Amino acid sequence: MSETQPSQDLPEEDGHQSRAPHRVIGTPPPAQARTLLGEAPVSAAPESPRELPAGPDNPAKAQTAEKVVATFFILSMLASIGFIAAYVGLEVGSVDATLRSNLALGLSMSVAFLAMGVGATIWVRNIMPNVEQVEERHVLASGEPEREAFTKTFTEGAEASGFVKRKLLRRTLIAASVPLAVAPLVVLRDLGPLPGTSLRHTVWRKGMRMVVYGPNTPLRAADFSIPGQMITVAPEGYTENQDVLAKAVTIIIKFAPGVLVPNRPGQPGTIMNWTVDNIVAYSKICTHVGCPVALYEQTTHHILCPCHQSTFDATNGAQILFGPAPRPLPQLPIGVDADGFLIATSDFHEPVGPAFWELG
Amino acid sequence: MSTVTGKLLGGTGRWFDDRLRGAQITRTWLRKIFPDHWSFLLGEIALYSFIIILLTGTFLTLFFQPSMTDVVYHGSYTTLDGVHMSQAYASTLDISFDVRGGLLMRQIHHWAAILFVAAIACHLLRVFFTGAFRKPRELNWLIGVTMFVLAFTEGLFGYSLPDDLLSGTGLRILEGVLLSIPVVGTYLSFFLFGGEFPGHLIIPRLYVIHILLIPALLLALVTAHLLLMWHQKHTQMPGKARADTNVVGQPFYPYFMAKTGAWFFFIFGITALLSTFAQINPIWIYGPYNPSGISAGSQPDWYMGFLEGALRMWPSWHWNVGGYSFAFNVFVPALVPLGVLITGLAVWPFVEQWITGDRREHHVNDRPRNAPTRTALGMAGVTFYGILWLEGANDIVARFLNISLYLTTEIARYAIFIGPVVAYWVTKRICLGLQRKDNHLLEHGVETGIIRQLPNGEYIEMTKPVSDEMRAVLESRKELPQIAAPDGDDVPAAAARGPVGKLRVSLNRVLNESIPLPHGNGHGNGHAAEPTAVTAGEAHPDGAERADGDGTGT
Repeated sequence: MSETQPSQDLPEEDGHQSRAPHRVIGTPPPAQARTLLGEAPVSAAPESPRELPAGPDNPAKAQTAEKVVATFFILSMLASIGFIAAYVGLEVGSVDATLRSNLALGLSMSVAFLAMGVGATIWVRNIMPNVEQVEERHVLASGEPEREAFTKTFTEGAEASGFVKRKLLRRTLIAASVPLAVAPLVVLRDLGPLPGTSLRHTVWRKGMRMVVYGPNTPLRAADFSIPGQMITVAPEGYTENQDVLAKAVTIIIKFAPGVLVPNRPGQPGTIMNWTVDNIVAYSKICTHVGCPVALYEQTTHHILCPCHQSTFDATNGAQILFGPAPRPLPQLPIGVDADGFLIATSDFHEPVGPAFWELG
Repeated sequence: MSTVTGKLLGGTGRWFDDRLRGAQITRTWLRKIFPDHWSFLLGEIALYSFIIILLTGTFLTLFFQPSMTDVVYHGSYTTLDGVHMSQAYASTLDISFDVRGGLLMRQIHHWAAILFVAAIACHLLRVFFTGAFRKPRELNWLIGVTMFVLAFTEGLFGYSLPDDLLSGTGLRILEGVLLSIPVVGTYLSFFLFGGEFPGHLIIPRLYVIHILLIPALLLALVTAHLLLMWHQKHTQMPGKARADTNVVGQPFYPYFMAKTGAWFFFIFGITALLSTFAQINPIWIYGPYNPSGISAGSQPDWYMGFLEGALRMWPSWHWNVGGYSFAFNVFVPALVPLGVLITGLAVWPFVEQWITGDRREHHVNDRPRNAPTRTALGMAGVTFYGILWLEGANDIVARFLNISLYLTTEIARYAIFIGPVVAYWVTKRICLGLQRKDNHLLEHGVETGIIRQLPNGEYIEMTKPVSDEMRAVLESRKELPQIAAPDGDDVPAAAARGPVGKLRVSLNRVLNESIPLPHGNGHGNGHAAEPTAVTAGEAHPDGAERADGDGTGT
């Protein structure tokens, strides 16, 4: 819309013409509509034909539909009031009360929305006259004159600014922008510490007691005597420390004598020096992506990760039987202290958990 | 004109127009034509579930505390009384059991999120299969693909916030995936988690990304998506009097406005209904996160399932090269299928345009059967995704079918290669078969079910010619342009020379595979079956027609 065009889109004062402005082809009338001296009679101008029918296709059907729609709208209104009433009237604070409140609020809310939707749909389908209209599309590309005009404007602007001609300006501006863009990246450095060797170690130390995770009580080797048992243990003193547990959590499994496969040079197996009385300890953190390997099948001695189903042979140094894990669960060297409690005799000898770039 | 509208226009309308000069442009907006088809509702579901997510999400932020500080719970859910947990988990319990309507809002938020990603996926498939991504809509296609990625990232971060056992395990897997990335993985993980997993920063960090960064991006992209749709006008399905030069349907005001408003109420109502009766993400049953706990059947929300499946399926390949780990077993399945899927979607419109050499504007959609190769490729992609997704629940599948857990993975490892090929072949056959059926209808008409006995005793079934409406739909199959048809001396055109040119010609031949329309159908449309040669870059057939001067409202 250009400023030079007379204002055709202001409705006439007397209001008996169609309010919707129409595109006028030909010479526009003088701008008299807003004159203080009143206006010339315009009744001669023919009214443009309607674009939409004024009434429904089927007046009788529309009459019925109106009542149906109104009923749905009233239903929706009542449901909304019911929602407010349920909010005010129904307390929460216990599982049962929450259940009741959720049911009342949810049901009234659903009815309120659905009744509005149903009402509006019947309105469109049965009261509004059915029309199908055609609108022309135009090619989206601008015409060549517009493109040329744009090119001219853009080039003139570039020339006026001197950005093209003055190399010094341009180059120093670019030179100044680069460090400006890099600076925000630098401040992200403190998002976290550098990894260092922290992924290679856990808190397990020589002489540190193992406590049963949950009750957090130390465990005598003699009390862990039924073959086939598996329990989760944590380093004593760290049972509430999630950062520590995320690497140090360990499973211990008791075997009947002769079940464990001792390792021999060049062959996988359980390192028997690191076991106590056929009790063997493995990291509970899967070497795939770190889920806890929490499932143990007594008859087959399989340890299974429930996340991605890596399966390890517990008798055989946790060798991989199936699944995406790339290496066995690290074995933790264990022993007993003077009181007979299970202890670690050192940290794990290799990193626990998923592979990382520096793992090797 | 009724007095109500008269007052509204004379008062309020005049007030605004005095200041904005908007009468003319607003009128063209009100008269804007919107074509109808059931499949056009899919995108609206995505839009409206996004609005529901924004509304309910705002409510949830009023109560949720994104903190990993250890607290001891003493709230209304007495089963967990005295248990150590993060403040995030405790406040989620409070929202569920101590805030009126809190549980409902949480469940609507979660259901709407699931619906949001599902609607985006279906809408994306609709646009793909009907060729609605073709010129001039490539930009909107790219915006859509970007929103798809953002949407499921947003979902992943959202369900990780309550810090329950299931979502914590999801974050643990995220850590494992980051660690596996060559060279920078360890640093990425330490920077995201602020140190070693889990630390105490990940929930607040995910929170700000979830409630501010990604929603702002999504809102901006949704706006751009809608503005482009409005500006370029919606595509339409083929039909009588529908052409690339027009748009047939009902005006925005009052028809589309009322219909789409009703649709919003339906979406909200159905989401509320689901949230009333179908429990979602009961975090109080999972318990607070601890690195030692896990439950069997741990599944992420559906949209992450295909990545989970890829992780389960991939073999345990891991190389140690010069003291460094290449954890192919993790970073390949976690990143490659996603990368292939997203990159494939993003470049397809341009690949198709290169193969066909078709630079014309398209506003009438393809029926999927009329682009057999594209449809078949799409189904191959859907099958690839579907197998990964099923494998992501292989423990459930194994239990349901009562077969070995390992067998499901073994099957999936073969199916991931065979399945898409079979799907491609079957889909293409089905499409071509449907085309033949269309031809049959055009040639022989519609069976009426009326049997007539001829004087010679023969029984025949009466048919009647297809209606004009139906004929327009059936004849919408257009021969794709052939690139660079050889001239009379069989000398290949410039675009068809060399190895790249030859590849392009053979791809063009595959993509063009279609059954010609029957000749002499009595409607003068027989020529539609003739191949038309279009060279790359040829102008729109209606190139002479231009938007008229004011350029508004187009």
